[in-house]
Amino acid sequence: MITATLATAFAAAAVRVGTPLALAAVGETISEKSGVINLGIEGAMLAGAFGAAVGAMEHGLVVGVLAGIGAGLVTAALFAAIAIGARADQIISGTAITLAATGLTGLLAQRVWGTAGAGLSLPTFTPVPLPLLHAIPLVGPALFQQSALTYACYAIVPAASWLLYRTRFGLEIRASGESPAAASAAGVAVGRIRTIATLIGGMCAGLAGASLVLAQVGTFTERMTGGRGFIAIAIVALGRWHPWGVAIAALVFGAATALQYIFQASGTGVPYQFFIALPYLLALAALGVAVGRHRGPAALGRAH
Amino acid sequence: MTAAIVGRARNRDLLQVVVAFALGVGLLALFLTLAGFNVADSLAALWGGAFGSWYDFTSATLVRATPLIILGLAFTLAAKAGLLNIGMEGQFAAGAIGATWAGLHLGGMGPPIAITGTLAAAAIAGTCFVAIPVLFRARFGVSEVISTLLLNFVGVAAVSFAVTGPLQEPSKVYPQSALIGDAARLPHLGAGSRLHVGFLLAVAIAGLLTLLLSGSSWGFRIRAVGAGPRAALISGRMPVTAIGAMALLWSGALAGLGGGVEVSGVSYALYQNLSPGYGFTAIAVALLARLRPSLVLAAGILFGALEAGAAAMQRDAGVPAVAVQVVEAAVIVLVLLAARRRA
Repeated sequence: MITATLATAFAAAAVRVGTPLALAAVGETISEKSGVINLGIEGAMLAGAFGAAVGAMEHGLVVGVLAGIGAGLVTAALFAAIAIGARADQIISGTAITLAATGLTGLLAQRVWGTAGAGLSLPTFTPVPLPLLHAIPLVGPALFQQSALTYACYAIVPAASWLLYRTRFGLEIRASGESPAAASAAGVAVGRIRTIATLIGGMCAGLAGASLVLAQVGTFTERMTGGRGFIAIAIVALGRWHPWGVAIAALVFGAATALQYIFQASGTGVPYQFFIALPYLLALAALGVAVGRHRGPAALGRAH
Repeated sequence: MTAAIVGRARNRDLLQVVVAFALGVGLLALFLTLAGFNVADSLAALWGGAFGSWYDFTSATLVRATPLIILGLAFTLAAKAGLLNIGMEGQFAAGAIGATWAGLHLGGMGPPIAITGTLAAAAIAGTCFVAIPVLFRARFGVSEVISTLLLNFVGVAAVSFAVTGPLQEPSKVYPQSALIGDAARLPHLGAGSRLHVGFLLAVAIAGLLTLLLSGSSWGFRIRAVGAGPRAALISGRMPVTAIGAMALLWSGALAGLGGGVEVSGVSYALYQNLSPGYGFTAIAVALLARLRPSLVLAAGILFGALEAGAAAMQRDAGVPAVAVQVVEAAVIVLVLLAARRRA
């Protein structure tokens, strides 16, 4: 009986923790499909988390989510101006954007909340059980007793898949990522397509940050994303650059992170730092397995 | 490839370094104003902490410049071979763990042996830590960018484990190690100064790298692979993968050494948060120096001043030290944009 409860709690935690990873990774998938690898999504996620915390504190949850998305959008726009507009190196530009977002959010957080931090006074999303579905054993509580942002994620994954593979715009995104020269010759405005794809990725990262603050942690702290954006980039590779694969990979990482709650609760002799390091080690191992078989978009990371 | 990132080195580089840096500080001032801090007080604290007195300059600025120079050289070495080592923060942590472990065991030896052993352990630990990305790159084709980046977090977790587990101080109360033996500590340069021999070591490494990169076949191969891996491969005379792997391993060794120098010269013990993000700041240092070891010295001192000033700004004006990352980001972006204009 105890194990059944534990399994349910673990599965629910895996989905909850996996939600921000899935949101950020699906957005990054769209960006990478167009040929842009954005290491700045770590920064966009952090900006989104900060924006969501301030917005929710001032005007409630809906404004919080919108502010998070907006902050992610602005961060990605800055990256796009440097890496796409000025055609600077994507990796270094992304690193710089993440540094800037870390510094700015740290500075502003101190201004807004003082040295004590945001505390636990923010409004948060509570799990909403979906009628009938939540009663399914194990799967019900795990998938259908979650916050509204997790349900939003369920909608965004198929939407991203549809966008990439069933629309003309998606075709242009993929063409820009596989062969920008050919796409350009065929009349595709590669720079514009890449910019839009990157901005979509930024909005998703901002939403991911919002879900981290408003549906998971409940407060904002300096550097609170702690590399989740970078893990999302590894998740994209593990999910083979396809939204459905990416969503499943994000769930695996959610589970790996949720493991630490289970083990901390059950008090095994394994040091807790091992579980902190586990998602990163898993991401690395996953890259070794995934990248060997499937390479990403041919022009990924190259300026056009 | 990396040549395209930073552009060709020219004589007016030093001027551009100063201009980029000044613009970065200007941007920080703007954000401080927008965030409602007292800009004059904040910048006065920043300046005073970095250059206020000879003591501030040597014991704060140059002490913080030391790890930045060593890590900046580590980034430079890999980047010359066309590889981006974004994992120096993790390798620095690994080096610090290695140095602490060795320093605790070698304290009873004579200083030459103890110091050499401590620093060697740090370099070896850094090399081992970067060996994983090197292996993954050679065996599975995994880009070193993501693998080194992910291992940063593993390195930080490893320090956290070490200071609450195997290396925790004897009373088992505080999350830190015991102090390393006197013999394993780097001597100070002059009485009353916190500046240690590690700074001279950093200068020496910069000199050595300048000579090796420009005047040896070892350096030529690294530069050839970095400038055009296909051309190097087609020439048939260079094992391109092996040269890249070797450059990355040396880069990891240097980054580990940076962690060792910090333990052996400054902290004398292992702590969590030993590095305030030196591994990332050093990327800005190396880019600002346009991957020239001699300029890394100057850029390292500038950023050391910024770090020293940031600490003073947090202490005296209540501005979080993390805010100076805005300056670092601005400098990186300005260098990138300037390089694009010239290309």
